[in-house]
Amino acid sequence: MTRKRRRLTILLLCALGLGTATALTLTAFQDNLVFFRSPSDIAAEPPPPGRAFRLGGLVEEGSVTRGATPEGRPSVAFRVTDGRSTVGVQYAGVLPDLFREGQGVVTLGQMGPGGVFMAREVLARHDENYMPPEVAEALRRSGHWNPASGAAPPAGGRPGA
Amino acid sequence: MIPELGHFALAMALAFCAAQMVLPMLGASTRDARMMAAGQPLANAAMLSVLVAFICLATSYAVNDTSVANVVQNSHSDKPMIYKITGTWGNHEGSMVLWVLVLTLCGAAVAAFGRELPSVLQARVLGVLGAIATGFLLFILFTSNPFDRMWPPAPDGQGLNPLLQDFGLAVHPPLLYLGYVGTAVTFAFAVAALIEGRVDAAWGAWVRPWALASWAFLTCGIALGSWWAYYELGWGGYWFWDPVENSSLLPWLASTALLHSAIVVEKRGALKIWTVLLALLAFALSMLGTFLVRSGVLNSVHTFAADPARGVFILAMLGFYIGGAFALFAWRAPAMVPQGVFAPISREGALVLNNLLLCCIAAVVLVGTLYPLFLDLVAGRMISVGPPFFNLATLPLALPLIAAMALGPLLPWKRAALWPVIQRLWWAALIALGGFGVALALTGAKFWPALGFGLGLWLIAGAATDIVDRIGLFRQGARIALARAKNLPRSAWGAAIAHAGMGVTALGIAGMGLATETLVALNPGQSARFAGYEWRFDGVRDAPGPNFTARRADVSVLIEGQVAFVMTPARRTFPVGRMTTTEAAIRTNLMRDLYLVLGEERDGGAVLRIHHNPLAPWIWLGAYIMALGAGVSLSDRRVRVAAPNRRSAAAAA
Repeated sequence: MTRKRRRLTILLLCALGLGTATALTLTAFQDNLVFFRSPSDIAAEPPPPGRAFRLGGLVEEGSVTRGATPEGRPSVAFRVTDGRSTVGVQYAGVLPDLFREGQGVVTLGQMGPGGVFMAREVLARHDENYMPPEVAEALRRSGHWNPASGAAPPAGGRPGA
Repeated sequence: MIPELGHFALAMALAFCAAQMVLPMLGASTRDARMMAAGQPLANAAMLSVLVAFICLATSYAVNDTSVANVVQNSHSDKPMIYKITGTWGNHEGSMVLWVLVLTLCGAAVAAFGRELPSVLQARVLGVLGAIATGFLLFILFTSNPFDRMWPPAPDGQGLNPLLQDFGLAVHPPLLYLGYVGTAVTFAFAVAALIEGRVDAAWGAWVRPWALASWAFLTCGIALGSWWAYYELGWGGYWFWDPVENSSLLPWLASTALLHSAIVVEKRGALKIWTVLLALLAFALSMLGTFLVRSGVLNSVHTFAADPARGVFILAMLGFYIGGAFALFAWRAPAMVPQGVFAPISREGALVLNNLLLCCIAAVVLVGTLYPLFLDLVAGRMISVGPPFFNLATLPLALPLIAAMALGPLLPWKRAALWPVIQRLWWAALIALGGFGVALALTGAKFWPALGFGLGLWLIAGAATDIVDRIGLFRQGARIALARAKNLPRSAWGAAIAHAGMGVTALGIAGMGLATETLVALNPGQSARFAGYEWRFDGVRDAPGPNFTARRADVSVLIEGQVAFVMTPARRTFPVGRMTTTEAAIRTNLMRDLYLVLGEERDGGAVLRIHHNPLAPWIWLGAYIMALGAGVSLSDRRVRVAAPNRRSAAAAA
């Protein structure tokens, strides 16, 4: 093989590699980008079934009920609100330590039958005063909270708790 | 007094580093031996000054000096002493001091071990290291001074994030920083070579030990971080493709590529320009990781404080060092003459393939990590890119890489034929296929984990073939083979060990692909069956700790009605900072982990989550074996930094 042909082979190999990487990235992006949706977003535009997304908002006061799935796994149901719309959430798993009614929450999952969000994960927070940035943004958009008027709304737990 | 001493020491260090940046560089360009020689004592002085500053900061933490703002924000008198000391680097300011300490330590090491380096090259390397240290010291002194006083002193500190009050904090950041900073040294070598306009085999021989050492530390640091997340977060996972994890994986991928391409430079004199580029890239990715983690762009336990000024400063440094280096590269690289032709199928060809695939994986991970930030910035859409993306996009690139990993070391240099190598690997292929088939049958046709088992066995058997072949175990009898094994270069052993370690990690990941979990709500006395054991919940009790209160569950694990052992998962509540952490109970026998998490308590009972994680410890074990391989390779006489000079001196004589 001549020097030129060798260099060409290597260049072709590089192009092939990069091409594969690009193609892989694009196809994987197509199906696996996880969008964040607030309850108002869902009301405005129902998400396609079977597509995972992140739902965030505040856990509605008094909405948390504990039960069990048909398979006998302990589960919890609650409602997530952004002040304008509300979505019911079903979750079978261990809730993070700082899950509280009236506080911000972000969950990952997909819409199930009857407009209930089947959560696969409820994301943990690291401290009690932390408001997930997506939730803060959703609350701001729904007009529930104006950042100019002060700190994010209920972050300190249930009133009276 | 002590904080002022520390502050002063930092300022001294800045002066030394600035001098270290200027004098040796000037000396190297004017061939002034006295100015070049100034590099060594300046590097030592800078190291000692930063060490003094670091000790001062650690002392302030140890005595809980509440007039120091940094201590107040991140410590508390209740904390056990070990966490007071490790808390020194459990915050933004302190971790940056540790970063610079490690950087100046590396500078001092280059000064000490690099006596036999060509003096011009050493002077330039020290100059570049001085420039990097100067930037970081300016960053510390202007945006994140750890010694800021506050008046009046606070009554007590605000406490450290409980997730960080762990042994992991003592070792994970220092190891990771050693790895990151190691890439700064290879970067300095690359820039020095660019200024000089010359890359030769000796340069490759100098760069490789640093690349190896930094890679080993990075490997250990990442493995430790993964293990820490596994036992501390209580999610039962070992890798979440979190942006912060990715930002440590990116330099690792680049360093892996670098240490392989440096072999080609050293042995064959080819791929020089590419190797220099990789050295620049590895450091660029380390800096990018620092920027992503420290600027508050990402939100995680690693992000201590979001301060835009810091982000801008780091971004400016990133632009200055990396932009400058790439500009230099564009200017000087064309002057370097490519050398050492080789056929596509050869050891060099295999190493090129390795580099190509590693860089493609790095590119995919980089895009997946940065795209959400980009979209948020440009379109204001909030998205996240999770594990499904990374698995789907990196796996097809990792598969050929792993397949070629066993082939590469068996190929001769320059020109090779594939068929004889495949013939020598037939029994490795047989083992891999057998493993794949057996795993497929045993796991009920779970394709991906079975493939993982096959690939892991392929790597281990391939590494064994390499060694067996080289020592001629089956051709010449045991005694000769033993003698040959002793004489085999340590770097060959190191490569085989590291490749086998990757195989062990692959087996662990495949095993975790078979992990199962269940969630049960039990009342005291009730039990559940899972993973072949009976789990009896005996109750929850209070368990006070030094600076927290905890609720601890007692769960007896029974085998055939007999209590085999008791597991005690807990939830800790820290009154300072009002936080709660989950303490998973883990029982391992190296073949599987039983992992138990205490969930919420419900009317006298409790929710328990039980994981059965087959081969989980192998993931980290494999990483330590990889690092061990790098260590063995480093101990090779020929790789040791002094050797190549001696050889070239002999050749000249």
